Amino acid sequence: MTYNKRLDGRKLDETRPIEAKVGIIERADGSAIFKIGQTIAYAAVYGPRNLYPKFMQDPQKGILRVNYNMMPFSGHGERVRPGGSRRAKEISMVTEKALLPVIDLSDFPNAVVDVFIELPQTDAGTRCAGICAAAMALADAGIMMKDLVSAVAVGCIDGTVIADLNYDEEAFEGKVADIPVAILPNSGEISLLQMDGEVSQENIKDAIELAKKVTKNIYEIQKQALKDKFKVGE
Amino acid sequence: MSKLLVKDKDIAVPGEALAEGMDYLPGNGTYREGDNIHAARLGLVNVDGRAIKIVPLTGRYLPKRGDTIIVKVQEIVMSGWILDTNSAYTAMLNMKDATSEFIQKGSDLTQYFSFGDYIICKIVNVTTQMLIDVTTKGPGLRKLRGGRVIKVNTNKVPRIIGKKGSMVSMIKQATGSRIIVGQNGVIWLEGEDPKMELLAVETINKIAEESHIAGLTDRIKEFLEQQTGKQIELRTEEGEPNDVQ
Repeated sequence: MTYNKRLDGRKLDETRPIEAKVGIIERADGSAIFKIGQTIAYAAVYGPRNLYPKFMQDPQKGILRVNYNMMPFSGHGERVRPGGSRRAKEISMVTEKALLPVIDLSDFPNAVVDVFIELPQTDAGTRCAGICAAAMALADAGIMMKDLVSAVAVGCIDGTVIADLNYDEEAFEGKVADIPVAILPNSGEISLLQMDGEVSQENIKDAIELAKKVTKNIYEIQKQALKDKFKVGE
Repeated sequence: MSKLLVKDKDIAVPGEALAEGMDYLPGNGTYREGDNIHAARLGLVNVDGRAIKIVPLTGRYLPKRGDTIIVKVQEIVMSGWILDTNSAYTAMLNMKDATSEFIQKGSDLTQYFSFGDYIICKIVNVTTQMLIDVTTKGPGLRKLRGGRVIKVNTNKVPRIIGKKGSMVSMIKQATGSRIIVGQNGVIWLEGEDPKMELLAVETINKIAEESHIAGLTDRIKEFLEQQTGKQIELRTEEGEPNDVQ
């Protein structure tokens, strides 16, 4: 049995519909929303601002602090217990590491830039949606960045490489691999690569190539969203 | 052959290629990679001859020497006052930079500037570690009494002040308010009556919102004339703290 028709009828390399908007949280220094299908990620950036406790300060450059949070009734099935979890802590960490290569905080010694990612509704691909939203929010906050970051989850079901898995595909019975990839669109460098499940060597190569292709479109959407914020009135 | 990939006054997104070739020079907010120049932040592209720079539209205040800013007293220490600058860093006002009066050792510093007071001061020095020294010695620098304080995006401050203070003087003239604009995006204002004070606040917020759209001065002039029913003439002013840019 091969998986050649997707559960929701998408093409193999087609993502769910994407919507992005910048500057949605008035009180934050920068903010963005990134929707991909049923998955919704909000990102709010505060700072650079002063950092306490003092031992966390870095006198050579500012630090980035990311907080990823899935809201209690956001997902499928069981309610997620509010507050941090081991999973949220890990995703916060990998998101931070995915964003760090592009941002330059050398002008802000001892300070911190806080990024809060909130997911009111989830349907797989949350860390990628979070990274996309956070990259836009950081740009909106006027942080020096050499590039944006675009991310997508690619995967492989029974030997078929597909883009942007939803929850049903992730939970598909059979051999499933879920591979979130974050890419710096201009240089093509990869800043996040994780995998869950199993794939063959050829499939993973194809999957990464597919991720590069798909993130190009995502980058265009992010770029447009940032430019639209300053569009001259109708 | 060098080529410009964007137009002047376009919005650039971080990482976006702005120009190809070595004939263009990377200015503030841009960087060169290989032969190309890319944007290093979100902002307006400004092409000045061969130099390309990005004029920021968002972001918090970054303290600079010579800026006149409005600060709030946060803490009082042995040698002076620690001030909130509406940026990532606090500033220090030393006793000797605060007043020419002799201050007895161990005396109560709140009689000069107390907690929560707003002060208009000038940045004397900023170190690489972002230790900031300010002074209140100078024309127009003092404690601000009464009035109200609002905060705007620091990148809009030059628009609010206008060329040689033309915009802010227009608001002052139309609303009869006293206004002081700090480079850090903190604005102090006091109107002769509450209605006019509110109108001044509204106008400032309008400027901050629409500053990137052409014809700003005319639009604001029209808005103020319509709101106050007065005829406004454009003029610049000098000698006020606002002109210290």
